[in-house]
Amino acid sequence: MPQIPAAVRLLAAAACLTTGLAGSASAADPSDWPGLLAEAKGETVYFHAWGGSEPINDYLAWAAREMAARYGVTVEHVKVGDTATVVQTVLAEKSAGRTTGGSVDLVWINGENFAAMKRQGLLRDAPWADQLPNFRYVDTAGKPTTTLDFTIPVEGLEAPWGMAQLVFFHDSATVAAPPKSAAALLAYAEANLGRLTYPQPPDFVGSTFLKQLAAELVADPAVLQQPVDDASFDAVTAPLFSYLDALTPHLWRQGKAYPQSSTALMQLFADDEIDLSFAFNPAAASNAIASGELPESVRGYVFDGGTIGNTHFVAVPFNANAAAGAMVLADFLMSPEAQARKEDAAVWGDPTVLAVEALPDADKARFAAATRGVATPSPAELGRALPEPHPSWMERIEAAWTARYGAS
Amino acid sequence: MARAEPAAAGSPALGLFPVALIALLAAPVLAGLAGVALPAFGWLPALGGERLSLGAFAALAERPGIARSALLSLWTGLGSALLAFVATVLFVAGFAGTRTFSVLRGLISPLLSLPHAAAAIGLAFLVSPSGWLIRLASPWATGWTRPPDLLVINDPAGTALLLGLAAKEVPFLMLMTLAALGRGGGAATAMVTASLGYGRVTGFLLAVLPRLYPQIRLPIFAVIAYATSTVDMALVLGPTTPPTLAVALVRLAADPDLAVRFEASAAALLQLGVTASALAIWMLGERAAAMLARRAARRGRRDHFDNALAAAGLAGTGLAAAAVGAGLVSLGLWSVAEQWRFPAGLPDSVSLERWSAALPELVATVGTTAALAAASTAIALVLVLGSLEAAERRGSKGLAGAGLIYLPLLVPQVAFLFGLQVLLLAAGVTPGLAPVLLAHLVFVVPYVALSLEDPWQAFDRRYARAAAALGASPARIFWRIRLPLLARPVATAAAVGFAVSVGVYLPTLLAGGGRVVTLTTEAVARAGGSDRRTLAIYALAQTLLPFAGFVAAALLPRLVHRGQRAAGGVR
Repeated sequence: MPQIPAAVRLLAAAACLTTGLAGSASAADPSDWPGLLAEAKGETVYFHAWGGSEPINDYLAWAAREMAARYGVTVEHVKVGDTATVVQTVLAEKSAGRTTGGSVDLVWINGENFAAMKRQGLLRDAPWADQLPNFRYVDTAGKPTTTLDFTIPVEGLEAPWGMAQLVFFHDSATVAAPPKSAAALLAYAEANLGRLTYPQPPDFVGSTFLKQLAAELVADPAVLQQPVDDASFDAVTAPLFSYLDALTPHLWRQGKAYPQSSTALMQLFADDEIDLSFAFNPAAASNAIASGELPESVRGYVFDGGTIGNTHFVAVPFNANAAAGAMVLADFLMSPEAQARKEDAAVWGDPTVLAVEALPDADKARFAAATRGVATPSPAELGRALPEPHPSWMERIEAAWTARYGAS
Repeated sequence: MARAEPAAAGSPALGLFPVALIALLAAPVLAGLAGVALPAFGWLPALGGERLSLGAFAALAERPGIARSALLSLWTGLGSALLAFVATVLFVAGFAGTRTFSVLRGLISPLLSLPHAAAAIGLAFLVSPSGWLIRLASPWATGWTRPPDLLVINDPAGTALLLGLAAKEVPFLMLMTLAALGRGGGAATAMVTASLGYGRVTGFLLAVLPRLYPQIRLPIFAVIAYATSTVDMALVLGPTTPPTLAVALVRLAADPDLAVRFEASAAALLQLGVTASALAIWMLGERAAAMLARRAARRGRRDHFDNALAAAGLAGTGLAAAAVGAGLVSLGLWSVAEQWRFPAGLPDSVSLERWSAALPELVATVGTTAALAAASTAIALVLVLGSLEAAERRGSKGLAGAGLIYLPLLVPQVAFLFGLQVLLLAAGVTPGLAPVLLAHLVFVVPYVALSLEDPWQAFDRRYARAAAALGASPARIFWRIRLPLLARPVATAAAVGFAVSVGVYLPTLLAGGGRVVTLTTEAVARAGGSDRRTLAIYALAQTLLPFAGFVAAALLPRLVHRGQRAAGGVR
């Protein structure tokens, strides 16, 4: 953020108020890379991305500096609490007829929000991400979720940015043998009253926890890969909800209150209010150890049957004001240099979407130099991730959860 | 009362001020209400709603927990206002004029500048089971080596929210009560009742309060309207299963499925109904209390457990001040804590690393926040002073359309802001600094007017008449006599306006589309985050900025007067 001109911008904005800000449609053709770079120069990209983590915010600040220095593109990180609000903003703009000059240029997204934006025609409709220069390094074969986002084909409408997998954390000094399955988790809760909880759905990570349980508990997990079927929903999810009925009275605060986000969950873990925490970023605990929030003895692990994993992306809305700049930023975020930096535990610790083995030697060296945090499971320990269910399941499960446990 | 100038002398330009004032304040509120009322009944062509229906209300009623959310808002809002009012009145009744009074008043006044979000965050740090209080008492007194599983904050009944709101509103009600007391000749009445043998509290309640109350009624209504519809305090302290109506409404309005917009609009009308019901219940309570008071006065009993009531007032206000103050101290500790594990009473190690890491962004955010606050306060001062001066020259008493000016204080923010957002979008206004500035004005102006109206009316008009007799024009009288003599209240009003602008959350979020980052939006956004130290830094900054405004307000008038004396302007 520029620091001094706040007052200047205020005046400028006041001058623009009555006229509205005019936007111009841009060609933004990723197949003409030099042309795209020329178009991007001087643009300001409003990148709407979750802002709840200092390491991530710092990483994006670095990316913004590099973008300004290398491409003359100004990047403003709009710190978002919940990506659903971004989807809503774009949808509201579409409803109001604003087809150019939109307020969102690039959005950090995946899963349900991507599905919603794709379904409602809120994304730039021509494929662009698979034409970016750095896309050739993406590990589409080894990491199938880079092209299939929550079972929805990506089709070049979003650019892969990082890998995520649900990872649990425990303090090895106090909990030597943490639960590694849904059944073990219930047994642990019964033996340790009030020491477990999860973020309240529809929080993203809280909902993922429910999906993790569902993948383990439903009779045939394969049905979760298909769109939800109204007729069979109750029957399919019955094991999940009878499990939750059994678990809830043993939860932290007897399930009468829940943390509102995965970061709030981590804070409770840091305060020793609960015994287990989990996050989608395998390096979350390592980051917190490095900054003194968590004890050194915290370790990460996954369930014996594996945990849900996915890819997170960046997407350009249909009415982006700086589409060219947004694509250049997406390409930069996918570059081996930016990806290796992101994977370094000292920076963020977010696993790469690239096929490291296939990279040029110089770039391979960057990844070799990246450190892995003490509490971050190795790729071998993470194993192969379980697939995300079709997004329609999540909407239904969240609604059913709220009716049962979120409305007293 | 004779006027310095006849009405005709009012310049036409000055006549525009009251119009601008009302247009600026009432128009957004009324337009915003229309913007939610129409979709609530199914009318929003942009989203395909072209037929009036009650479908949105039916869908809302189907939503799990919505009735409980509405009841929670009513209960926490009314309960907190009542608690804060009773504690304030009993304390003032029992201790006005004593040393205890001036000491506690000195402790409470700075808390006025404390934004709601920072107060809530500090309280949460203080009283949660892993909070500072239990850390201080553990394990030596409690035996706890890990935090107990106690439902203290976020309890489903909203008790924590109720108490937090009450603690935060005590300083505001106290200031308003003291200002009214200064005007009403309360001290003289108290002497009369004392000479008739009445106890301090009984005498105050039966003789002083009935005349005092009408003057603090509007601030109390503002407190009720705020407390029944708060978002930022409820997000930190409030229940989650389900949340209060205002929080549920914000979530509905953020649903990616725009069809839910209709339901959100219906929820906004429900919120309006909840706040209106709270005000109606309060007014019924006013009547009941007045009846009881008259009966008690007729009976003539001189003492109604006066000492116990006074002690309760002292305990209530003292606790409120102590809790909010200790919350602030715990914020300060967390902001420098490197490691602070349960049950250590103090951080295991401290460092300024977080402050230096946060500084670059903090400076930028403080810049935006201060620029917005300064701009909105300056515009508000011009508008309010211009309107007061216009009323003065017209020879009318008080501001024109005062009821409309205070509308933004009585209509819940969440009820009209979403409607306003839809209208702004439909009008093609890009979210950004300018809409945020306008949104801030809607809330800054009423508070500036509230702070300025009384001192303006209390101004001794003989000065103006003497100046007019010496041939001074109305403009000269305004600039050289009235304004300098009112420098202190103007500075105080500016500080209040500045503090309001710094603390405004939802209007900033909605009108800014997330792009306009202020200390308050950052603090609330980080309240859900994991790094408590960065959160503490933002909450502290959010507190210190308006506090600096109040300090400046106390110092500036002196400089103005000194400068004038030096220039020989006014003797």
